[in-house]
Amino acid sequence: MFQVRIHGRGGQGVVTAAEMLSIAAFLEGRHAQAFPSFGSERTGAPVVAFCRIDDREIRLREPVLEPDALIIQDPTLLHQVDVFGGLAREGYVLINTSRTFDALGVGDFARTLRADRLCTVPATELALKHVGRPLPNAALLGGFAAVSGRVSLEAVAAAIRDKFKGEVAEGNVAAASAAYAHVRSDMREASHAQAD
Amino acid sequence: MLKQTEGSRAVAEAVALCRPEVICAYPISPQTHIVEALGGMVKSGALTRCEFINVESEFAAMSVAIGASAAGARAYTATASQGLLFMAEAVFNASGLGLPIVMTVANRAIGAPINIWNDHTDAMSQRDCGWIQLFAETNQEALDLHIQAFRLGEELSLPVMVCMDGFILTHAYERVDVPTQEQVDAYLPPFDPRQILDPSEPVTIGAMVGPEAFMEVRYLAHAKQMRALELIPAWAEEFRRAFGRETGGLLHTYRTEDAETVVVALGSVLGTIKDTVDELRRDDVKIGVLGITCFRPWPHAAVRAALAQAKRVVVIEKSLAVGLGGIVSSNVRTSFTGSPDAVHPIIAGLGGRSITRASLARVFGAAIGGNLEPLTFLDLDRSLVERALAREREQRRSGPIAEGMLRDLGVVAARIE
Repeated sequence: MFQVRIHGRGGQGVVTAAEMLSIAAFLEGRHAQAFPSFGSERTGAPVVAFCRIDDREIRLREPVLEPDALIIQDPTLLHQVDVFGGLAREGYVLINTSRTFDALGVGDFARTLRADRLCTVPATELALKHVGRPLPNAALLGGFAAVSGRVSLEAVAAAIRDKFKGEVAEGNVAAASAAYAHVRSDMREASHAQAD
Repeated sequence: MLKQTEGSRAVAEAVALCRPEVICAYPISPQTHIVEALGGMVKSGALTRCEFINVESEFAAMSVAIGASAAGARAYTATASQGLLFMAEAVFNASGLGLPIVMTVANRAIGAPINIWNDHTDAMSQRDCGWIQLFAETNQEALDLHIQAFRLGEELSLPVMVCMDGFILTHAYERVDVPTQEQVDAYLPPFDPRQILDPSEPVTIGAMVGPEAFMEVRYLAHAKQMRALELIPAWAEEFRRAFGRETGGLLHTYRTEDAETVVVALGSVLGTIKDTVDELRRDDVKIGVLGITCFRPWPHAAVRAALAQAKRVVVIEKSLAVGLGGIVSSNVRTSFTGSPDAVHPIIAGLGGRSITRASLARVFGAAIGGNLEPLTFLDLDRSLVERALAREREQRRSGPIAEGMLRDLGVVAARIE
C-alpha cells in the first residue's frame, strides 16, 4: 500500500487533490481511498487530506500516520504543523515553492531523506499562469506523478477532467503538465550533476 | 458500473435508482452531500416522478416523509446527530404507524460539547424507536443497503435506518459498483403499500389506541422485527445472486473459525479491525471479527452462534451509555453463553477520535492477557481528565469543563487576566 498525505490550507483544494489522486489511481486499475482530516475547515486554516493506493481492497480507515509521500501545498505550514510526522525514510516530499529546502529552513531534515525523492515545484505560479487562480492542487499532482511515478500524467489529467469541466479543467491539466515537466527537468539536472 | 466517487454521491445514486417519489431535505453535516446530490438530480430531470421538498427542520422532514408514505409514495430522507434528535418524536411515529420510510443516518456525535465528528451516539439514541437499523462497513455496502432497505421496509411496512459513518464513509472517495436501473428494478418492485390514505376508501392512520389494544399493536411491531431476522438473510442472498456481491445480511464473520477472542463492532471501523486482526494472526493469535450489520432487530441467534466458540469477546463501540458503559456490549452479553465478564466493552472513537491499528492491537493484547478494566476508554487522555478533576476539587466555581480542557490543551487562547 502506498500512502500519501497532503498538507495545505483551507481554500487551496487539499481535499480535492486527494480525491483527484484517488481517481487517477482508480483509472489505472488500482484500489484507492481518499478522505479529508475532518474538521470545521475555514479558509486559511491548516487542512490535511489523505490518499491510499493499493492493488487490493483498502480496509484501513485510520488517518495516514506513516506516509510514503507528502505533498505540501503551503510552505508556511513547515514550521507550524508537524508535516513530516511519520514520514518513511524512503518517502517522497513535494513542496509548492520556488525556494530550496535550505531556504525553507528544512535542509537538515531533507538531508536525512533520499535526495532523488525530494522536489519543489512553483505550483501556485503555474496555477496563476494556466488557471488564473492561486490553486496549486492540480499542478502538484502533476509534480507528484513526475517524482513518484505512482500515477501517470495521463491519469492525473483524466482525474482533473473528471472533477472539473471546460476551461477550468484544461487550465488545470496545463498546470499539471507544466509541473510534471518542471520536476522531470529538475530530476534530469540532478542526475546529471551526480554523474558529473 | 465501477466508479471512484464519494460515499455520499454513491448513496444518492443508489437512492435515485430506487425511484423515490418524495425526498424531504434539511441540511446537516455530514449527510448534506447526499440530499444535495438528489436535489440536483431532481432539478436536472435525471430523477423523474420525484418531488424534492425543502423543509424547515428535521422534525418537518420526518413529518413530511410520514405524510408522503401514508399517501402511498416511496419516501426518503437523511439526517445526523442533533437532526435525528430533533425529529425523534416523528421517528417514533413513523415506526409506530408502520410507514416504510428509508432514512440515511450519517453517524455523528451528539452535543454538548458541540462536535461535528463521527461516532454512533445518534443512531444508538434511537435504537429502541422501532426502526430497523442497518450499519454499513464500506461505501459499497452503504449503497447496497439502501436498495435492500426499501424492499425490506415495504414488505414489512416498517421504516429502515441505514447508518453509515459520517465523514469516514460519507466523505471518503473509494471504488463502488453502481448497479444499473434494470438490476435495481428487477430486485425492488414498485411500492405496494399495506395501508394508504385514499379518499375513495377512507381509513384512519394514527387512530388513538387505549389500554385495550396498545400492547397488542406494540407486540406486532416487535413480531414484525423478528420476521425481519428471517427476511434479511434471505434477501441478502437474493441480492448476492442478482448483483454478485455479498452485502447486508444480519452479520459478517471474519477469521472466527478457531478464534478464542472475537472482536465485535459496527460500521467502518471493522476494516481497521480486520487489518489489525490479520497482523495478530501472523503471530498466531487466535482472534477473529464479528461485524454486526443489522443492529435492530438484534440478531440474537446469529450472534449466539457466531460467538459459540469464543473464550472472550471484545466490543469496540462508538457510543457511551453514560452511567452504564457499552450499549452494543450490553446487547452482546444477552447472546453470549459464556460469562458476562468475558465481554469487554471498549468505548472508542467518540467525537471523531481516530481508532488506529496500534491502539486496537494494544487493547486486544490487554484483553487476551486479562488486563482490562470492566470498562475501557480507548486512548483516553488521563492527564487531561485529572487536571479537570483537580480544578473541581480546588474550587467550587471551576468553570465549564469543555473550555477548561481546551485551555489545558492550548487549543483556545489563554484567559486574559
